[in-house]
Amino acid sequence: MSTEPNQPEAGKKPQLPQPSEKTPRSAPDARMLRRRKFLNGLCIGVGTVSLGSIFWAVIGFMLAPLEDEPAGTWRSVGKVEDFKIGSTSIVKLEDASSVPWAGYAGKTAAWLRRDGESEFTCFSVNCTHLGCPVRWIETAELFMCPCHGGVYYKDGSVAAGPPPEPLPQYKVRVFNGSVQVLASPVPITHGAG
Amino acid sequence: MESSGGEEPESLDADAGDPIAVSHAYPWIVRPLVRAAYWLEDRTGLWETFGPMLHHPVPRKAGWMYVFGSATLMAFIIQVVTGVALATIYVPSTSQAYSTLQFITHGAPFGRVLRGLHFYGASAMILLVGLHMIRVYLTAAYKYPRAVNWLTGIVLLFLTIGMGFTGQLLRWDQDGVWSVVVAAEQAGRVPLVGHYMAHLVMGGETVGGTTLSRFFAIHVFLIPGMIFGFVALHLFLVLRHGISEPPKSGEPVDPKTYRRKYQELLKNEGVPFWPDAAWRDVIFSFVVCLTVLILAVTIGPPELNKPPDPTVITAVPRPDWYFFWYFSLMALLPHGSEKYLLWVLPLALMLVPTFLPLLFNKGERSIAKRPWAPIIVLITVVTIIALWRLGIQAPWTPHFDTPPLSAAIVNSDDPAVQRGAQLFHDKACLYCHLVDGQGGLRGPDLTHVADRLTREQLIWRISNGGYNMPGFTYNLNAKGMGDIIAFLQSRTPTSAISLPITAVTRQ
Repeated sequence: MSTEPNQPEAGKKPQLPQPSEKTPRSAPDARMLRRRKFLNGLCIGVGTVSLGSIFWAVIGFMLAPLEDEPAGTWRSVGKVEDFKIGSTSIVKLEDASSVPWAGYAGKTAAWLRRDGESEFTCFSVNCTHLGCPVRWIETAELFMCPCHGGVYYKDGSVAAGPPPEPLPQYKVRVFNGSVQVLASPVPITHGAG
Repeated sequence: MESSGGEEPESLDADAGDPIAVSHAYPWIVRPLVRAAYWLEDRTGLWETFGPMLHHPVPRKAGWMYVFGSATLMAFIIQVVTGVALATIYVPSTSQAYSTLQFITHGAPFGRVLRGLHFYGASAMILLVGLHMIRVYLTAAYKYPRAVNWLTGIVLLFLTIGMGFTGQLLRWDQDGVWSVVVAAEQAGRVPLVGHYMAHLVMGGETVGGTTLSRFFAIHVFLIPGMIFGFVALHLFLVLRHGISEPPKSGEPVDPKTYRRKYQELLKNEGVPFWPDAAWRDVIFSFVVCLTVLILAVTIGPPELNKPPDPTVITAVPRPDWYFFWYFSLMALLPHGSEKYLLWVLPLALMLVPTFLPLLFNKGERSIAKRPWAPIIVLITVVTIIALWRLGIQAPWTPHFDTPPLSAAIVNSDDPAVQRGAQLFHDKACLYCHLVDGQGGLRGPDLTHVADRLTREQLIWRISNGGYNMPGFTYNLNAKGMGDIIAFLQSRTPTSAISLPITAVTRQ
């Protein structure tokens, strides 16, 4: 870059307010220079500490979602007999750490299949491509995604389209005659590279 | 408001004279206003400070191509004003946002128009920021000494896109909820920190009570605050370096001489920005305002989608129009590449314009000597428009609602063909393939497939699937396969009745 001075013609180009030339700089003896240097450092240091002391809490508050939340919570989604062997149906459950005002957003859905007397498989509804909600097409025995056309087989393996990974599964158990799904974080597909 | 007391210091402008005397040159009715203005100026110096900025000299030949920046600012002002008004009713809570928006749209006086203004204002801002960038690129105004003008502009571009994304999400209908998940998934692809970024996007491990309020704070405080700051810096730099003169072929930018030449140009043929150049900005901004207003009143805001219930999995999530091209890109990336491209692409979109003024800071500015510039712009614009149109059609989306083929289309007495036609629907083939204008658009049109593929080829294809088609080896028994083959083999120009291709069912 050039060091060409940028001095416009006097009176032609308006100048932005410049630091006043009247700043008392007369006869700065060594003591005064030391004092200025000290005050300069003092102001920058104290200013940084002042702002830092506030931002410390602000940043901590804003970054709270990074904390690992406690392990998921088991949520009952129905009685064992509510589900026909071989059938795959949508179940709704409350998130692991739902807040009282969450309303709609405190719930999530999952695809639950009854494989046997007490064997169940539970699939996330989130496509591994970009997280859109996949639909189970019973007659075709396929999960299909409405966003970019991802398709999964019955076992959750990728059948076609852009999904990079099989459909994630949630833990599921039978407890006192109830089917319980472990409410878990939204599955996030991780990148590579 | 008396301005000439005995103890008053001398007037701040020696030429201005006594305010009382000066005010007598005006009709009596405005004299108090004139005196008030003098009083205010004496106590604030606002005019002394900002007046020269308004009248700063600009190249005389700057014409209508220079209006997009100020119009973008106008659109931003529309957004601030209408946004503040909307925030007086909108409740940024996951449980209530949707109903408050319903009330704003259908209950509150002027609510519909206000939402319309905010929506079309956003659309205008995105369009104008794009036009402004294209103009600056085509005239190479980013060259010396205006590199930081460009860089602050790039920051403003991405802040504007951030406003668009967070804004469509605050609508907090079904699309809004799924936008968060889609954004979290994209953030999740970033190496090493993706997991954390995804959780920051959602405000936790799931879409929940803190998700929306977080986006609200980002949309109404954080990003607008940054926009104010960067607009101030951007404008300061425009004043400091002056607006770029229209480029002339054969007059390359040389950092050693540019500033002197520019000052000479201003001296010889500069005109005051106000009003000689500003009138075009004012007129164009007026047209922008008027267009936004007319659209808001006549068409109105986009209707809210279904309620934001994440358990309703029949959602077909779609972004707002300005992201349609990116939505398409996500569908068209080669499978497997998205693990990298999902974060490399946005990074490249940010880095390429960042390095532009740093690598190419001198030389010719005229497009006559930079033939690549219009070609790059043309390719970019045509690509975006093509992707955008494709995004509207979204051929990759299965047509879940398509009904089984009618007897008229099947047009056969053969029970195997009829069973095959039913299976063709039940096995979701029809969701992605067209037959006589009915069905999905992802795969090839199979209306006349028997003319193209033999029985063996059909069996092979159905069993093995393809790039975007599942293989049906385990999803179809031998009898079913036979029926579907019988149906497909009956699809010839002679067997198929000709129906107009208009009955394509849309989601």
